[in-house]
Amino acid sequence: MLLAGGQTLLRDMKHGRHSPTSLVDITGVVPRQIERRGDAMSIGAGVTHTEVASSATLRRHLPVLADLVGHIGDPAVRNRGTLGGALAANEPAGDYPAACLALGAAIHTTGRTIAASEFFVGDRRTALESGEIVIGATFPITERAGYVKFLNPAARYAMVGVFAAVTGEGRPRVAVTGARTNGAFRWWEVESALATAFTPRGLNDARLSLEGLIEDLFADAAYRAHLAGVLARRAVALAAGPAPGVMVLSHGSRSRTEVVHA
Amino acid sequence: MSEVSMSVNGRTARGVVEGRTMLVDFLREGLGLTGTHVGCDTTQCGACVVHVNGLPMKSCTMLALQCEGADVTTIEGLAANGAPLHPMQAAFREHHALQCGYCTSGMVMMAVDIARRIGEPDEATIREELKGNICRCTGYHHIVEAIAAGAKAMALPQT
Repeated sequence: MLLAGGQTLLRDMKHGRHSPTSLVDITGVVPRQIERRGDAMSIGAGVTHTEVASSATLRRHLPVLADLVGHIGDPAVRNRGTLGGALAANEPAGDYPAACLALGAAIHTTGRTIAASEFFVGDRRTALESGEIVIGATFPITERAGYVKFLNPAARYAMVGVFAAVTGEGRPRVAVTGARTNGAFRWWEVESALATAFTPRGLNDARLSLEGLIEDLFADAAYRAHLAGVLARRAVALAAGPAPGVMVLSHGSRSRTEVVHA
Repeated sequence: MSEVSMSVNGRTARGVVEGRTMLVDFLREGLGLTGTHVGCDTTQCGACVVHVNGLPMKSCTMLALQCEGADVTTIEGLAANGAPLHPMQAAFREHHALQCGYCTSGMVMMAVDIARRIGEPDEATIREELKGNICRCTGYHHIVEAIAAGAKAMALPQT
């Protein structure tokens, strides 16, 4: 198997989820640039989360992505984890998959370019074929983007996260992470409701169907279904408002409008 | 088995390890540096934090072989044996920021990095930055106070 920053794979190997007979560390050979290419930001697969979060050029052109990545895991994990590893791992509560889906990112591999909507195909699964390596991704630049996540009270990953964005062609996209066992997905019903006006007013009844939702000791399916609706309204309000960006909420969040900037 | 060589606390360390050997096991069992702890072994608790090439990382979630040629600093490297404690260590002692002490080496290594990066962070920032370091006995109140004080001490001109 291929090893990037190892923050998912090495942990999963300890859990017995993978037992590869060999590991090849590819961090020395995958691209590590962050640069603007036309109307998109291009990020190399080997760039760590710390480097993405602190990139001056990304903060200038697509600050929501820098902020989102600045809230993955914790500082020590961000010093190891990489874009390529996070995309290939496709964890069900991953932040990057939601960003890729809502921004309409393109994922570049050693053989082809894959639209985000076709890259993430199920629980920890991607469209990558054996031996195919992620070399980077491009994210369309937009100012109208908001990501709101509600933290798991123990491990602090997204119990549910919703990313809402309007990119160049004017089409709203809404992606949800942490909610379904199959990983991040586009919320088509909410996107349809936003087609006429990009405002949370039309989302008062937004609620996920219970089918396929993650249930654990922190939240049952009904809780997650409701929470996704709340977060979708907040993400759209954030994206449409004067200060788009990232909002991180948890049990005990004091303010309805608590916004955390990395 | 493979040979690995790295700098640990300023001294060259060599060893022969299995491919699957984690950095923390190389430090503890190979080099006898048992100040770095293993708490959860699942990348959450931060008891195993060391600095690799100047950055804090979880040594339970990186292979020793990935540190070939790297510059590693553990809790033992913050202050020489018998020398005065590092300002952050001294602040943890002064502010009673530990009870059982199991998480402390990882806390201190993360705290040193927080102070280096941010200078003198406020309480909310310290708590956010400590997300990956878990203490199961004191609560975080004294730890946060110690980090604020230690960061202040680190910001003073060195005499």
